[in-house]
Amino acid sequence: MALAMIFLPLLVAALAAAFPSNRWRPWLLPLAGACHLAMTVVVIFLPDLADAFPLAGAVAADGSWLSLDPPGRLVLLVVSVLFFFCSIYCVGYLRYRRERSNRVFVACLLAFLGVMSLVAWSQHLGLMWVAIEATTLSTAPLIYFNRSKRSIEATWKYLLVGSVGIALALMGTFFLAYSALPAGLQPSMMMGELLRSSPGLSKPWLRAAFVLLLVGYGTKMGLAPMHTWKPDAYGEAPGVVGAIFAGGVTSCAFLAFLRVYHVCQAAGEGAFVSRLLLFMGLFSMAVAGLFMIGQRDFKRMLAYSSVEHMGILMVGLGIGGPALYGTMLHVMTNGMTKGVLFLSAGNIHRAYASKSTDEVRGALRRLPVSGALFLAAFFAITGSPPFGPFVSEFSILNGAFDAGRLVTAALFLAFLLLVFIGMGKTVLKVVQGRPPLDSSAETYRDGFLTIAPVLALMAIVLLLGLYIPAPIGALVRDAVAYLGATP
Amino acid sequence: MTDLINALLVVILVLNLFALGTSRIQSVIRIVAVQGALLGLVTLLMHERWTVPVALSAVAAVLIKAIVIPAVMVRSLRAAEIKREVEPFIGFLPSIILGAVATAAALLFTRSLATGAVAAAPSLIIPASIATVLVGFIILISRFKAISQVLGYLVLENGIYIFGMLLIEAIPLVVEMGMLLDLFVGVFVISIITNHINQAFSSMDTRRLVSLKE
Repeated sequence: MALAMIFLPLLVAALAAAFPSNRWRPWLLPLAGACHLAMTVVVIFLPDLADAFPLAGAVAADGSWLSLDPPGRLVLLVVSVLFFFCSIYCVGYLRYRRERSNRVFVACLLAFLGVMSLVAWSQHLGLMWVAIEATTLSTAPLIYFNRSKRSIEATWKYLLVGSVGIALALMGTFFLAYSALPAGLQPSMMMGELLRSSPGLSKPWLRAAFVLLLVGYGTKMGLAPMHTWKPDAYGEAPGVVGAIFAGGVTSCAFLAFLRVYHVCQAAGEGAFVSRLLLFMGLFSMAVAGLFMIGQRDFKRMLAYSSVEHMGILMVGLGIGGPALYGTMLHVMTNGMTKGVLFLSAGNIHRAYASKSTDEVRGALRRLPVSGALFLAAFFAITGSPPFGPFVSEFSILNGAFDAGRLVTAALFLAFLLLVFIGMGKTVLKVVQGRPPLDSSAETYRDGFLTIAPVLALMAIVLLLGLYIPAPIGALVRDAVAYLGATP
Repeated sequence: MTDLINALLVVILVLNLFALGTSRIQSVIRIVAVQGALLGLVTLLMHERWTVPVALSAVAAVLIKAIVIPAVMVRSLRAAEIKREVEPFIGFLPSIILGAVATAAALLFTRSLATGAVAAAPSLIIPASIATVLVGFIILISRFKAISQVLGYLVLENGIYIFGMLLIEAIPLVVEMGMLLDLFVGVFVISIITNHINQAFSSMDTRRLVSLKE
């Protein structure tokens, strides 16, 4: 199953690259997305059925390179669901961009799906690094889709900052493996062996490895102060690419970091790790909040929102223990909500041919559905009930109080408020008021393909806020239990 | 064998300083290529017995790092019609001094570190790796031409590769090939983007890339 999930999208990507018709090529996206989602559901929720397939033995086998640990399952589900809805949206989006060849765009999106699966499945940290670097490379051409000077600049910054960051993560991975040597242990990059030998790992090397990996994968997640590429990339890329980045690429990088965190926790470095994570997390939230105030470009604003939510995840990990449930749930709620935000923002951008609040006003009148979804997703992402992120953020806050971290909890709340005010001002400007007179020059109207997937994602966000289905709850609890247990 | 490897690592360290001191971008590309070839040689020497996987990984390293990537770089250099890095952020002489200081610091720093049971490994590997990574960073920060920055990234990547030699048992062939493939595709994509930068901005100067900011 692992191999099918990795190679099927890559195969379809190759097919897309060779596919002659610009008009029909985008349909390969939902095709691959649906197959991938079906396989994900079978692997996660129907393990009995998955065992019936050949090649499925790797699911539980310890010591195998490819197997799904509980956090991997969670992230795989999030990204697969998000990708499926984005792929339907893409068909609608690319209809408006007939004038441009979508060969590279479609092939790269599909390649991303394949390497993303490899990140989730790989239990060898070296292999996982290769996959993470491959996600950087497969997504870079997506930012460059508009072929403008500004998108070149954004792509260049993303590639250079991302590659250097990921190179540091490789150094960190090597340090982590090397930390076994001073103790006379066999060096290994396999998760299972690292966890087993974790108490014996050399502390200075382990700490150096952790810092390098935090900086490296943190660059990919977009934690401040390594976030500088993010507003540029999200601002210049098409909305659907922003959704894939903010919900997919960042979740993959978070998963990679989570595995390193797990090893360090098992090695008894909890206090050191937690201090660093709380600092990075709160700093990212503060920076995001400050840059959101007075932000006129609503796509850049969403990028800062992504910086903020990666910060929230780091704070949750830093608190640990009682906050882990909220953190793992937040991976899911953040991923889904970011999908709604970026896709509806993409629609608004298209209708006004601008992403600045100087020109974009009255989206609720101009695009009633996209405007309403954008507004609802804003309330959701800032943690208003009854949406999913409210539950996860509240649970992290609760965890902070349970763990007795009152200062952290207070700062967390203060930054959430700051973000709410900063983001609210921009969002309300976009949706309220009367559209400028010349705005109807653009012919874009909400269509089925660019609305239905966004509505579906919004329904999931609402559902996660009202009632968490038992299988999803079990998935999150499994991940928490896995992180808490030391073999 | 250990002495020979240490000697080769010293050559790599000296090449680092040359890369810092020259303004001709073509020379820096050559230096990075020679470093890549030396790395392939060191990979071969690190193994007591030469098996097919060992030969394969050494050949792949030389092929990618010493031949293919430099060829790609030279092509985009020709397309850009530039020859020199002018007015770097840190001058050439100061950056050589900075590189020498970084190398010395790496040597001193490693001595104080617990390296333990790796007596069999050549003693210079860790300091050479850290020094090369630092030199890569200096090039990345101090140069403005897009191609020079990519070269800095390649030097940094070479430094990390040196460290990987200590972990030969932990890195299977598939993963190593994956790393080299990523590097190759990465440089390929980056060089496409640098060509587009050159066409769109009529310059390789990254100081012109300033339209996106708050």
